[in-house]
Amino acid sequence: MNNNQLKNQHLWWRAGFGPPSDQIKDHSRQKPEKMFHAILKASEKKPAFFDVADPGIKEMVNQPMSQGKMLSLKPEERQMIRKQSVQDISKLNIRWLDEMTVSDAQLREKISLFWHGHFATKTVNILYDQALLNVIREHALGNFRELLMNVSKTASMIQFLNNNQNKKGHPNENFARELMELFTMGRGFYTETDVKESARAFTGWGTTFQGEYDFRPRQHDDGIKTFLGKTGNLTGEDILEILLAQKQTAVFITRKIYRFFINDIADEEKINVLASQFYENGYDIRALMISIFTSSWFYDPKNIGSQIKSPVLWLVGMRRQLPMEIQNPLVQIVLERLLGQVLFSPPNVAGWPGGKHWIDSSSLMLRMQVPQIIFRSDAILSKPKDDDDVMMGMRDQALAKNIKKLRNPGTQLFQAKILWDDYIKNFNETTEPAVYDAIRDLLLQKPIPMNENDLQNYIDESNRDKRIQSITIRLMGTPEYQLC
Amino acid sequence: MLINRRKFLTLGSLATSGLMLPKFLKAFEGSACILGGNKVLVVLQLSGGNDGLNTLIPFRNDIYYRERPSLAISKEKTLALNDDAGIHPSLSHLKTLHDEGNLAILNNVGYPNPDRSHFRSMDIWQTASNSNEVLNSGWLGRYLDAQCLDCARPTQVLEMDDMLSLALSGEHMKGIALRDPKRLYDTSQDPFFKKMLNTGTQQQTEDPVSYLYKVMAETVSGADYIFQQSKLRPSVTEYPNSEIGKDLKIIASLISSDINTRVYYVSLGSFDTHVGQQAKQEKLFSDLNEAIKPFTDDLKSNHRFEDVLIMSFSEFGRRVGENGSGGTDHGTANNMFMISGGLKNKGILNEMPDLSKLTEGDLNQHVDFKRVYATVINKWLQADDLKILGRQYEYLDFI
Repeated sequence: MNNNQLKNQHLWWRAGFGPPSDQIKDHSRQKPEKMFHAILKASEKKPAFFDVADPGIKEMVNQPMSQGKMLSLKPEERQMIRKQSVQDISKLNIRWLDEMTVSDAQLREKISLFWHGHFATKTVNILYDQALLNVIREHALGNFRELLMNVSKTASMIQFLNNNQNKKGHPNENFARELMELFTMGRGFYTETDVKESARAFTGWGTTFQGEYDFRPRQHDDGIKTFLGKTGNLTGEDILEILLAQKQTAVFITRKIYRFFINDIADEEKINVLASQFYENGYDIRALMISIFTSSWFYDPKNIGSQIKSPVLWLVGMRRQLPMEIQNPLVQIVLERLLGQVLFSPPNVAGWPGGKHWIDSSSLMLRMQVPQIIFRSDAILSKPKDDDDVMMGMRDQALAKNIKKLRNPGTQLFQAKILWDDYIKNFNETTEPAVYDAIRDLLLQKPIPMNENDLQNYIDESNRDKRIQSITIRLMGTPEYQLC
Repeated sequence: MLINRRKFLTLGSLATSGLMLPKFLKAFEGSACILGGNKVLVVLQLSGGNDGLNTLIPFRNDIYYRERPSLAISKEKTLALNDDAGIHPSLSHLKTLHDEGNLAILNNVGYPNPDRSHFRSMDIWQTASNSNEVLNSGWLGRYLDAQCLDCARPTQVLEMDDMLSLALSGEHMKGIALRDPKRLYDTSQDPFFKKMLNTGTQQQTEDPVSYLYKVMAETVSGADYIFQQSKLRPSVTEYPNSEIGKDLKIIASLISSDINTRVYYVSLGSFDTHVGQQAKQEKLFSDLNEAIKPFTDDLKSNHRFEDVLIMSFSEFGRRVGENGSGGTDHGTANNMFMISGGLKNKGILNEMPDLSKLTEGDLNQHVDFKRVYATVINKWLQADDLKILGRQYEYLDFI
């Protein structure tokens, strides 16, 4: 394979969601550095916010109040919001998958997915979920200080980590603890006293029902606190600044970024260099990305094809390489569920552990079958587990039925029309004997021992198009295709 | 003697299919991995948070009747186990098992600082973590890691589902999930998969591509092994057509085969009864009751009942007071049921929940569930509970 092609595809998989198949020619001609700058430029534009929330919900939470009166919703209204939210969050999920597939701002969406797993929350409120995602997408390539500050004040975070219940005299330490353990420094760099003291500083951080940040001075503990050696009447903002002033925060975030974008096996030497830059330039995420993707070691053979694709990357990557119109887009959420990565529903506050955790016998078998399933608009026979947090005790039978429908075995068809013409024209200039190699080089980042001969029983030789189609579908169903 | 026969049979079945065996697998062929002992654990997960108070009913407790004006089950309806407590009327077979001395109930099980979210609390139960820590591996997965690290296929731990639960996912090894041995077999026998295994990488290194081929090889080999075993002595007993009925029938067939499986994992749900609890719990319990009966009958007639322990749990119990919708909301401590012909202590093992001493309307836990796990790992599965759970817990004495 052309060396530039392998490198460019590596770049697309890591700085984005896989190479778009209509640019094969560019892949072999362009220098990776040039390609990266094009991706970066497209990603620097301010994102268009997602708004998929049902207007009825917005109307309900924004109903005019008489002065000084708190909004109090009837139980039926709250229930309606939950019910509508379940549907709308699915819409948001699909909306984002589509964006990842078609957007030119590949790096922004990719690092947004990283932050989505880093600041992992799960609420059943569409307004909170989409507000957090919009904060993340806005600051994803900006400054980590601003990202952290803004995320900490979203309703999604405040509700998920119980900061609404964090009050003077009755502190709730959940947010303070996770802030240090998962969002900034990692374990081992703070004491239990630091957790307790910082929780006091975050007392009074709440949100309105509409999801706006709402500081409540009367619930705030304005006594003296000592946190990581600093003493004073510390506020929540002070705590975040103190954490950002710790070099360890830059190291922790950089290591996590390194493992997400480059290699599961952390290279501490490189991480330290990157972390020092990140710290010294005041947490500029864009600069960190440039350092990574313009380095020569990013293209080291040991980094190419070394990662197991997350289910979202795998799914979106397929859609980018093999353009298709999916008639029942919700089927993608069934796959997310079966493969263990449902957007807006991380397994816990630590996000998705990734790497080998994606793979067990069921998930691997399913991944290898899906290309065939899509090709034939076939049924997915596996059935996801229930999600009781979303089902809510089937409070509403119609909703429960709707959700149940998603999990009835045999009924979940993957109805898609693959736009083969768009794909096949990439090979118009490929000579007949070179077709197999060309497809393999486009799809796989890792050498595969299987050759065209081994595949002969599985290739449809009836004509050139069928041949290309069958080779493509088969190669997408290999273990090597799970890697990037 | 039994072990030897099993070992022979296990190796035999591998050897016969040896002609078809992918090259890659041959490296593993030697280690069929029969674990010491012949005890089997069946974990029954009651998903959604089963209401323990309406499962084992404290029919002499006034507070119970006061807090549950519409949901309380009257003394006459319960199936009394002793002077204080009776079991839910739909669980008649558990009453029989109790009277035979084959049922033990442990009350007030939970963990400190309980979490009321389904997914978080289920994680805590499945990973055996404390409520303020996050683990990425399950307790039965770590059992696999500890016992079977060099085994050819992870069939020691099986789940009856299309998806593998975190409970069965270790740091290095993962159990196998299946709904139906035949379906798993048919899927895995795709000639293309075999072709790939035969041409695929054969290095036993830790890099991802080797890992993927290893999982694939284990699945193909495991699926074949499980399917062959499931045909060996299939249960002829009639089971209900419910999901739990089908699951338990497959488990019964596998237990009476020569398979090396030590742990089966099966779920029933959803017990998340915020609304209309009476009917929902009744339906689920009837399904369970109808399926448990043929299952224990099978075990008895195959003389395996004393070797099999069925252990139920739920991610939490429910609040003591009923809500306004004929249901109950998420609570904390709960009871666990143990069914086996080999119990050392039987009946109701400890005091009933004290309804006069609640924490914010919730039951207090007195037995950390990790003590139950430690007991089962150590005394039943004969494995190293300290290594698997990371901490030493005091054992209980029901087995």
